[in-house]
Amino acid sequence: MDNGILIRTKDLVKVYPLGQQSITALADVNLTFRRGEFAGLVGPSGSGKTTLLNILGSLDAPTRGSAEVLGEKVETLSHRKAAALRNRHIGFIFQTFNLLPVYTVYENVEFPLLLLGMPPAERRRAVADALSWVGLADRTKSKPSQLSGGQCQRVAIARAVVKKPELVLADEPTANLDAENSHHILDTMETLNRDMGTTFLFATHDEKVIRHVRRKITLIDGRVAKDEALAGS
Amino acid sequence: MTIPKLAVRNLLGGGTKFWLNAVVLSLSFVAIIWAQGLMEGLDEEASLATIDDEAGGGHYRVESYDPLDPFTYQDAHGPVPAPLQARIDEGKAAAILLVPATIYPQGRVQSAVLKGIEPGQKILSLPTSRLTAASDEIPALIGARMAESVGLKEGDILTVRWRDAKGAFDALEAVIAGIFETKVATVDAGQIWVPLARLRDMAAMPGEATIVVLEQGAAAAESFSGWAFRDQADLLADIRAFVRMKTIGSSIFYVLLLSLAALAIFNTQILSIWRRRKEIGTLMAMGMTRGRVIGLFTLEGSLLAFLAALVGAVYGIPLLAYFAVKGFAMPGGQGDSFGLAVGQSLYPVYSLGLVAATAVLVFATTAVVSYLPARKIAKLKPTDALKGKRT
Ligand SMILES: Nc1ncnc2c1ncn2[C@@H]1O[C@H](COP(=O)(O)OP(=O)(O)OP(=O)(O)O)[C@@H](O)[C@H]1O
Ligand SMILES: [Mg+2]
Repeated sequence: MDNGILIRTKDLVKVYPLGQQSITALADVNLTFRRGEFAGLVGPSGSGKTTLLNILGSLDAPTRGSAEVLGEKVETLSHRKAAALRNRHIGFIFQTFNLLPVYTVYENVEFPLLLLGMPPAERRRAVADALSWVGLADRTKSKPSQLSGGQCQRVAIARAVVKKPELVLADEPTANLDAENSHHILDTMETLNRDMGTTFLFATHDEKVIRHVRRKITLIDGRVAKDEALAGS
Repeated sequence: MTIPKLAVRNLLGGGTKFWLNAVVLSLSFVAIIWAQGLMEGLDEEASLATIDDEAGGGHYRVESYDPLDPFTYQDAHGPVPAPLQARIDEGKAAAILLVPATIYPQGRVQSAVLKGIEPGQKILSLPTSRLTAASDEIPALIGARMAESVGLKEGDILTVRWRDAKGAFDALEAVIAGIFETKVATVDAGQIWVPLARLRDMAAMPGEATIVVLEQGAAAAESFSGWAFRDQADLLADIRAFVRMKTIGSSIFYVLLLSLAALAIFNTQILSIWRRRKEIGTLMAMGMTRGRVIGLFTLEGSLLAFLAALVGAVYGIPLLAYFAVKGFAMPGGQGDSFGLAVGQSLYPVYSLGLVAATAVLVFATTAVVSYLPARKIAKLKPTDALKGKRT
C-alpha cells in the first residue's frame, strides 16, 4: 500500500452465529494504520478487540466489509495465502505466551525462520540478535518450563520479531505478568518499534500498556468509540 | 527437516505414555513376526518331511488311484511302464504297490493298507532296509502312530488278510520288523510297509505298482497311458493348505494385538490433538499451513511405529533368534498337538519377506490411525484452536 499505510479496514463487520441469534462482534469498523505505529486497542470485555486483531492477522475472515493488510485483502485470502502472509510479515504475541514446550528458547525463536526456509548462517545471526534484544542471550538452552512468565513472554517477543515482520499483533501481552515484567516488555517493544520501524498493535486492558502507546483506539460493542493520539512515553 | 524434528521432540516429550505406546506396538510387531515365523517353520518342516517320507520328486500314479478314496485301492495297480522300470533299476525311482487289507491286532478287526516297497530303495527316507529279514512271515514296517493305535511292538506277530488280483482271499502272519518315527501321517496311520516282491506274489500282481516315486529334483518325464503324474508342488499343496488353516488361530491373536496397538495410537492422537489445540493454533499463527500441521501429527504417529520397531528389535531379535536356534517346544509335548505330526520342537523360520511384510503392515496401520484423527485439524479454525476451544 502507498503512502506508508499498512492496514486499512472498510466497514468491517464480524457477526458470530449463536444458536438462533447472532452476536455482532465488530460493526462497521473503519481504521487505518501507518507503518511504525505503536497503537493500543482498549475497551470493555467483549468489545471486539481480539476479534479485530484476529482478522487483521488473517487468522479469521470478516463477515462483511474489507480488511486490507500489507496490500492483501484478508477476506479473499485462501488458507495457504493467509498462512504465507502470517509466515512472512506478521508476528503474534499471546497472553499465554504459547511457546513450544519441547523446544529450547533458541529453537522456539528459530522456528519461524525454519518455516521461512532461511539459510542456517543467516538464521543463527537473526536468532542471536532477537535474543539479545529481549535480554535472553544467556538462556538459549533453557526450556520454557525453566523460565519465569516474564522471561517466557520475552522469548515470545523474540519469536515474533526475529523475522523482522512489518506488523506485530499482541493480544493482552502483559495480562499474565507483574508490573516490573510488563514494564520491561513494553520497553523492549518500544525499542524495536523505534529502531526497526515495526508496527505494533495491542489489545489490552492494562493501564501500564496504555501509558506507552502513542495511539489509543477505544472499542465499545464492536464500534470505534474513540481514536486518539497520545503523547506516548 | 523442521517438521520431522518437531515431531521427534514432541514424541520424546510425551514421556511414559509414549514409551507405553511404543512397547504395546512393539509387542504386536514381535508377535506377528513370531506367529508368522512359526507358521513358516511348520510349513517348511511339514513340507520337508513330506518330501523325505512321501512325495520325493513327484509321483506317477495309476490313474484309477485316488488317495482320498480307499474304495479305489483294490483296483489301483498296473504294470510299471518300461521307462519307469528303467529308472527304478537305476535307483532313481521307487515303486510302491498298494493292496487293501484287513488286520487282526489282538483279536480286533481293522482295515489297513499293505504297501509294497523295495527294501533297498533310497528314494524315501523310510527305513525300508528293515524289510530284508527272510522268513515265512512277512516282515512289516509300521509307523509309531500306527504302532500305538493298534498296540504293536517290534517282534509282534500280526495276522493280515487280503484279496489278490483275481479276487481270492488269503491270509498270512506278518512280523513287525521295525517301527519308525515320521512327521507325515499319511505314511503312518493305517499303513503296513512290506517288501514289494512279496506283496506282488501275495496279490498276484507281478511287475505291477500303484505309485512310482521319483527321486528329488527329477525332471518330469513323459506321460504314460494309464498313469498320471503329480509333481512335488502338487503333492505338497494339501499339507501347505492344512498348515495355513492350523495357523489361522494364531493370526486372530496377532490381528487382535495389532488392533490394540492401533487403538492405542488412535487414542493418543485424538487426545493429543484435543490437548494441543493451542499449540496447533500457535503453529498456524506462525504461518504453518493446515496440511503441514496434519503432516506433523501423522508423522508423530508414524514415528511411533518406527520407534516401536526399534524397541521391538531390542528384545525381539534375541528372543526370535533364540527360538529359531533352540526350537519352540510345542504345547502338549509331541505328536499330534497341532493336528499335524510335528516333532517335539518346531523351528520358526523368519524370512526377510516376512519381516518386511510385517513392517509394511504395521507402518501402514499406524500411518492410517495417525492420519485419521489428524484430519480433524483441517476443520479447526486457527482462532478457535488458539482459544483452546473444541470444534
Ligand atoms: N468464536 C466465537 N463464537 C461466538 N461468539 C464469539 C466468538 N468469539 C468472540 N465472540 C463474541 O464476540 C464478542 C467480541 O469478543 P472479543 O473476544 O473480540 O472481545 P474482547 O474485546 O477481546 O474481550 P476481552 O477483553 O474479554 O478479551 C464477544 O461478545 C464474544 O462473546
Ligand atoms: Mg480479547
